[in-house]
Order: sequence, then structure tokens, then C-alpha cells
Amino acid sequence: MSRLAAAFARLRDPLANNGDPGLVAYITAGDPNFDTSCEIVRAIARGGADVIEIGVPFSDPIADGPVIQRASERALAAGGSLTSALELVRRVRADIDTPIVLFTYVNPVLRMGTGAFVAAAADAGVDGALMLDLPIEESDEMHAALDRAGLDQIFLISPTTAEPRLRRAAELGRGFLYAISRLGVTGTRDAVSHTARPVVDAIRAITGLPVALGFGIGRPEHVREAYQYADAAVVGSALVQVIADSSPGQEATDAERFVGWLKGRMP
Amino acid sequence: MPSSLHVNPSPLFGKRDPDSRGYFGEFGGRFIPETLVAPVEALTAAYFEARRDPEFVAELEHLLATFVGRPTPLYEARNATAGTGVRLFLKREDLAHTGAHKINNAIGQALLARRMGKTRVVAETGAGQHGVATATACALLGLECIVYMGAQDMARQALNVFRMQMLGATVTSVDAGSQTLKDAINEAMRDWVANVATTSYVLGSVLGPHPYPLMVREFQSVIGAEARAQMLDAAGRLPDLVVACVGGGSNAMGIFDAFIGDPSVQLLGVEAGGRAIADGEHAARFAGGAPGVLHGTRSLLLQDTHGNVLPTHSVSAGLDYPSVGPEHAWLASIGRTRYDWIDDDAALDGFGWIARLEGILPALESSHAIAWVQRHVQTFKAGDVVLVNVSGRGDKDVDSIRARLGLAVTGTPV
Repeated sequence: MSRLAAAFARLRDPLANNGDPGLVAYITAGDPNFDTSCEIVRAIARGGADVIEIGVPFSDPIADGPVIQRASERALAAGGSLTSALELVRRVRADIDTPIVLFTYVNPVLRMGTGAFVAAAADAGVDGALMLDLPIEESDEMHAALDRAGLDQIFLISPTTAEPRLRRAAELGRGFLYAISRLGVTGTRDAVSHTARPVVDAIRAITGLPVALGFGIGRPEHVREAYQYADAAVVGSALVQVIADSSPGQEATDAERFVGWLKGRMP
Repeated sequence: MPSSLHVNPSPLFGKRDPDSRGYFGEFGGRFIPETLVAPVEALTAAYFEARRDPEFVAELEHLLATFVGRPTPLYEARNATAGTGVRLFLKREDLAHTGAHKINNAIGQALLARRMGKTRVVAETGAGQHGVATATACALLGLECIVYMGAQDMARQALNVFRMQMLGATVTSVDAGSQTLKDAINEAMRDWVANVATTSYVLGSVLGPHPYPLMVREFQSVIGAEARAQMLDAAGRLPDLVVACVGGGSNAMGIFDAFIGDPSVQLLGVEAGGRAIADGEHAARFAGGAPGVLHGTRSLLLQDTHGNVLPTHSVSAGLDYPSVGPEHAWLASIGRTRYDWIDDDAALDGFGWIARLEGILPALESSHAIAWVQRHVQTFKAGDVVLVNVSGRGDKDVDSIRARLGLAVTGTPV
């Protein structure tokens, strides 16, 4: 069983999980710099993240709102790249067993080469990959390569995804499906969108794959609400903002506390 | 629509489609976030239906004739080539309504948006010409219009910002990244992702996910169709060489299209050489690019070793873009088109050449194509016939040229 499958199985097992909501925590690799970023990943694992998404900094993040755009810019300015994101995973993998998903735009991957990327990701200890701008129709080569290496490819499902494509994503997807709660780019909102539940229900009607719900989720009550119908909530921008607002040296401590708060473990 | 109507009502449409996934050879495709897949599929279906609907085509042609002012003239520039024996013809897209070829595509896509029941249009703009054209089409057709424009471009094309505002459009400044065309497209795509139900994205060049490279080329191919007939009329033969500037490449695809099946006609695209062919100093994708994905399409891309997009520079905002239309990349790969670059200073020389000798102020974008001919006119044979697409007029650039040359307003010729 892959690390991702095991993590979601544990969340669904009442004996192993005492009601804590599932949490996928996102950070941008290399924000604010490589070493701090390594510490932050270890800290959010300690804080209780069930899955960690490592965002690869990219010059043109068209699916991201301002918070993650800025994180990407900070990481790039500090020398971040796909190569250093993979190195980050390799470093932290020695210390943590939490599943790690790479969250990336496709061009850095194509530039490295699909084969080279998959080999490096497997070697570093990555468990899955999600490519934001690589829809199923363009995924054949990538999917085959990830599959051969035993890595999970995670597909996004949006409120606009039609049923035939949802079926295809359910068939090809591994680990979990990422449900986009609302139209638009990443970024925290005041409430979970009314479009969230129908997306998750549509997925549930078709597949038993775990579902993580993301986009716009940034508070413990959002996380608990998502957990009523999804396996986990994804929190990205809110955590990235905490890191951005931290005093230098405090980023890991603040991130760990924030993740614990999202999980409902601290007041 | 009944299949009995499955006839192309215009020679511009449906004659050279990419494959079903939107590929021209290994270039093109659809690299988009999941939320955009359904709207892009809907747009594709609507476009394929519209282009074979005689009513849609008739309305487009009527507006091109009565509103845009087509056909635009073909003009022979005899003064500039005096003594060389070369015949230089200029396709005068600068005389189209709003002052550039961009209106051909903006009218087409705005008609399509209305046909799809959309009430709101977003667009990006670099030099401002596509923004002005889209604002104009939206005013005509009663659509709300939001134009995204890089902060740096707003500063250097202030006149076009005011024009858009007077036409009722909202111009939104983009402060992210390099604050130019690439960043404006990022922001327009983000808006579209959030508003897909009400909104159409009117993309201004032969870029983006399928069907945009095809659709924009077909809306622009009226340029070449007219020019080819006008050349036969004026010169009694086809040109030996067709030259056009290439940013995203819509004016070039528009004029090249009619000549692709004419093996005797060479097709040359001129990119922005900027200050130098060095990282961050130019926008010559065929000189410094490698295959990559940006804004939904796989084409040649100026990028670093990690796959991040490099900054670009050109004196002309409309050429200041790190990728190029996928059909250009494909045509180059099969040897049908070729590409060269002209640097900022040479482009300004070309501008001055045609201004002083022919009484035409071309856009700085078009000045790159003109400058290439100026630089190479001595290498042509007597009797050679050259056709240049003057894609737009230079009024918008006058202030920035004056600033660049450090000129005061004195009344003396420059």
C-alpha cells in the first residue's frame, strides 16, 4: 500500500483515527528559503498534517491567487526550482513518514524531462504528483511514467468537470482525487463554497478513491465542515500567509501551531 | 445544426485545422487548469458551429466591410525603394478601424461571445491595440469589457489606456511579474477561471489552448486573402517574399495563411531583437527559445534551465512576449516559414525610413518588419516583389519614441 493510500485508510479507520479531520497542508518549496522550508515541512508533519503538498515555484502560476503567487516569487528569488524542491523532499524524507505530493505547473517538469523527473521524484521519496495545467487529455506519457515508478498521479476535479472526464480521472487517478471547491484561483475565503459538496458527491457517486477538498479553505471550522463529506481538506494560501507573516526564524514554529489549530488540536 | 449545412461558407474557415487535440505537429494542444477544460471545450464547439453558419459569417463580413473598413488598401512604397529595382508593397492594416489588425479578431470573437450568451468579456493587451479593439467590439455589441494590462505597458501606452476607458472598458493594471503582456494574460486567465459562466476570454493572438491559435488565425486570415488578390491585381504576380512582425504572431499568420500553398512565396517572420540576444534582453523565440508550455500551448519558449519563463524586452510592447504561436513553431519546423530578428535601434530606423519617405507612421511592432526590409534591400534582385504587413499605425508610439530619442518639441524634422 502506498503512503498516500495508507494515510487515507488510517483517516477512515475509526480505531486509528479518533475523529480528527483529515488535513492536506500545502507550502511552496523554498519559501522563504531552502533551509527554512525544510524546517517548515518537518514542523507541519509534527503539527499533524496527514499529507503534505510541496508546491514547486513557477514564474507564471496562472491557477494561483496572490498569496501563493508571492510565495512563488519569494522562492524563485531565493533560488528555488523543481530541482531544489526535489532536494527538499529528499532531505525531509529522512525525518518524516508523512506522504508528500508535488504540486507543480507542467513546464518545469517538461524542461527536466518526464523520465528524469519521475526518476528523481521517486528517488527523493515523493509519493505523488499533481500537475495543475496537465489535463487528463495531455497526461498519457506522464501517467505511464509515474505508474511505472509506483508514484500516484493526482487529478483535479472542478465544479465544471463533466461526468465522462470525472470517470476517466477516477480510473487513472491514484492516491486521492483533489476536489476544487469553487471556480477561481487558490486563496482563502470566509466560508466553504456552496459548490463544494456537489463536487464531492459527484466524485463519491463514481469512485471509492479518497477525496481531498481544496481552494478557499483556511480555518478549523472549514476543515471540519469539509471532513463531513470529504476525506480531507487542503489548506494552502492560509498556511503560506502564516509563513509570510512570521518573524524570521519563527516560520516553522508558527506553521506547526497553525496546522495543529486547523486539526483542532489547540485552542 | 443539420449536416446538410456542413459547408464552409467562407474560404477563410476550415481549410487547415490542427488535429482533434489542437496540435500542429508537435506544437499546440491544451495545457489548462481543470476548471477551464469545460469552457474551452464549449468554446471550441461553438466556434466550429459558428464558422460553418452562413449567418455568422455574413454578419462578420458585413461588420468587416462597414465597421472595420475592409478591404484595407495595398500600397506600393516607391520612394523608399527608389533606385533598387525592388517593388515593395505595404498591406495597410494600420488603416483598419482602431488602427491595427487586432480588430479583425476582436470582432469575430465578440460575435462568438454574444452567440454563446456571454455578457462579459475579458481580454489582455500589450501595446493596447488588442485592448482597444476588444473594447470597441464590446461597445458595438453591448458586452461588458475588462482589459488586463501590465503596469509597465500602461505607462508606455497611456494613450491606448484612455481610448479603452472612453469606449467603456475597465482597464485593470497588472503589477505582478514583469508587468507586461505575459502577466496580463496570467491575470485574464485567472479572471476567466473565476467567471466562466458569464465570461468569454477574447485572446488577442494565435496563442493559448486550442481552439485559440486556429480561431485567431482564421479571423485574421482575411488579411492574406485580400493581400494575395491585391498583389495579383497590382503586380500581376505573387510576391517573392512576405514579411511580418511576430509577437504572438497573429498578423503574421493572418497574412502568411493565403500564401502557404504557394511554394514560390517565401514567408519571413521578424521577432524583437530588443537590446541584444541575451537572456532577458530580447523576445526572439526562434533565436533563444526551446519547446515549452506557457498559457495553455506548447511552442517555443524563452525559459531558463528550470523551466521558468524568462523576462523579455522590446521597445515595442506588442512583441514583448516570451512565447510564440504554435503554428509558427510548426511551420518553421517543416521549413515553410523562417524567422529573423531586428533590434530596438534598427526598428526605430525602419520607422523613420517609412515615415519620412512614404508619409506613414507605422507601429513600432510593424516597424520591425519594415526595418528588416530596409536592412536587406540591397540583397534583393531587381524586379523582386516584397510584401510587408503594416500591422498597425504608430500614433500610440509617438510619445515613447520622442522620449527615447530625447527630443523636445521644436518644430524641426527629426
